[in-house]
Amino acid sequence: MNDNPVLLAAVGGLWGLLFVASLLVFALVRLKPDRDYAELIARTQSWWVMIGAFSVMLLASRNVALIFLAIVSFLALKEYFSRIPTRRADRRVLFWAYLAIPLQYYWISGNWYGMFIIFIPVYMFLFIALRMIIAQKTDGFLQAAATIHWGMMTCIFSISHAAYLLMLPDTGTWGATGGAGLLFYLVFLTQFNDVGQYVWGKMFGRHKVLPIVSPNKTWEGLVGGVATTVLFAALLAPYLTPFNFTHAIMTGALIGLFGFIGDVSISAIKRDLGIKDFSSLIPGHGGVLDRVDSLTFTVPLFFHFMHYFYY
Amino acid sequence: MPIPNHVLRFLFFLLVRVLVIFMLGLNIKRRNLLPKDGPAIVIANHNSHLDTLVLISLFPLKLLPRIRPIAAADYFLRNPVFAWFSTRVIGIIPIQRGSAQKGFDPLAPCYEALDQDMILVLFPEGSRGEPERLSRFKKGVAWLVERYPTVPVTPVLLYGLGKALPKNDFVLVPFFCDVLVGENMYFNADKHQFMALLTDRFAQLTDEGHFPDWE
Repeated sequence: MNDNPVLLAAVGGLWGLLFVASLLVFALVRLKPDRDYAELIARTQSWWVMIGAFSVMLLASRNVALIFLAIVSFLALKEYFSRIPTRRADRRVLFWAYLAIPLQYYWISGNWYGMFIIFIPVYMFLFIALRMIIAQKTDGFLQAAATIHWGMMTCIFSISHAAYLLMLPDTGTWGATGGAGLLFYLVFLTQFNDVGQYVWGKMFGRHKVLPIVSPNKTWEGLVGGVATTVLFAALLAPYLTPFNFTHAIMTGALIGLFGFIGDVSISAIKRDLGIKDFSSLIPGHGGVLDRVDSLTFTVPLFFHFMHYFYY
Repeated sequence: MPIPNHVLRFLFFLLVRVLVIFMLGLNIKRRNLLPKDGPAIVIANHNSHLDTLVLISLFPLKLLPRIRPIAAADYFLRNPVFAWFSTRVIGIIPIQRGSAQKGFDPLAPCYEALDQDMILVLFPEGSRGEPERLSRFKKGVAWLVERYPTVPVTPVLLYGLGKALPKNDFVLVPFFCDVLVGENMYFNADKHQFMALLTDRFAQLTDEGHFPDWE
């Protein structure tokens, strides 16, 4: 159990924010009952469950957090493999791809940075090709190898960087919230950025950014969202991170911008596949991969930004 | 008609439910169209041993004693251990596959079950066949429905289980399972017409699914 007062305050603040947001939704439903709020209500209810799980993960032990993130990787990869076209010949190949999840998180739990950082992009990359060759089916080989690797990179490699944040040693240059504080900072800002861009877009959105990939995304939403994220990044940084003011601003912009790019990348894939959501596991949000879409980009970028400047 | 061991069956399907949700995951469309009580007939396509387990896990556990899958006696009763597990734990009703002899109706155990208000789970393809490909439905189901024209028939299309655990394979690879429940059907005056309607209904459900290729 992590009882760091700053972290507890951060998690408490998040619950406060959720409570206020739920009250707003409740008030909206009461004041304008003529519209259909089913989706908004489902979304809000799902946030309670997700923030509940996130709080448990942050405040329980580090191993609980690693298992939690490994499950997120597994569920996201399962959604991905279930929705992309795969070849019958590659069934056992996918089995090996799944096995990479426990291995990757095992390296992390042992604080083995060298293995964590090359296992998927080097060893699994090569092993998957090797295993595919055994099946001796050349039709669609390149597409299959590429799509399988893309799934492993986003769902396992990217997400697992969040787990490695928890392993970073406490350098003592900032409050003692350590990796859990960094993880809170990163995940909160990424998800808040999603919500911020959505709200800004709903209120002021006029000019589309990427009309073909994602028609609901507007310049107004993007700029407003990034600005809000930068503001919160600067406000929270002194408590949860070792960042100076400049680095906090840079991190906010990084999360805001690349959260957007992660989001629209997954949108592009969904459009390519002709689907709206990867699954219906989280009511109002879609699947796990639909929820962590922005994180697949922000997690590794934030991690390496941290790693470059502070470790 | 063999009587299952209700306690073992309950525990087994509780475990199945957890594994289905975690290892596979379900995307269910129109779950509300599944029968809430017997007598009823549920018809599904068949690609994997997981089909029966997943279908049964769609129903609330309190309905479990009413749900009985129909399965081929030659396969499921092939040895005493397998027969015990199939009849006592899975709760299958074994029927004889293939030619009906004179004076012997292979569907008799189904009549008995429907008369006892059971929900029958049937796979009219007769065999699991090629993964994720629908083979022709056998006509036995029309004979059954003709005899019970007031019993609702619920078509259920399953997709993904033939990828997760196909015939002749033993390694389970996690894949989401799509479950598309169709509108209830009743016998419509003629066996051929009923089979045509059934085939048509499954074609509609397949179109609705937008399933990725599996070649």
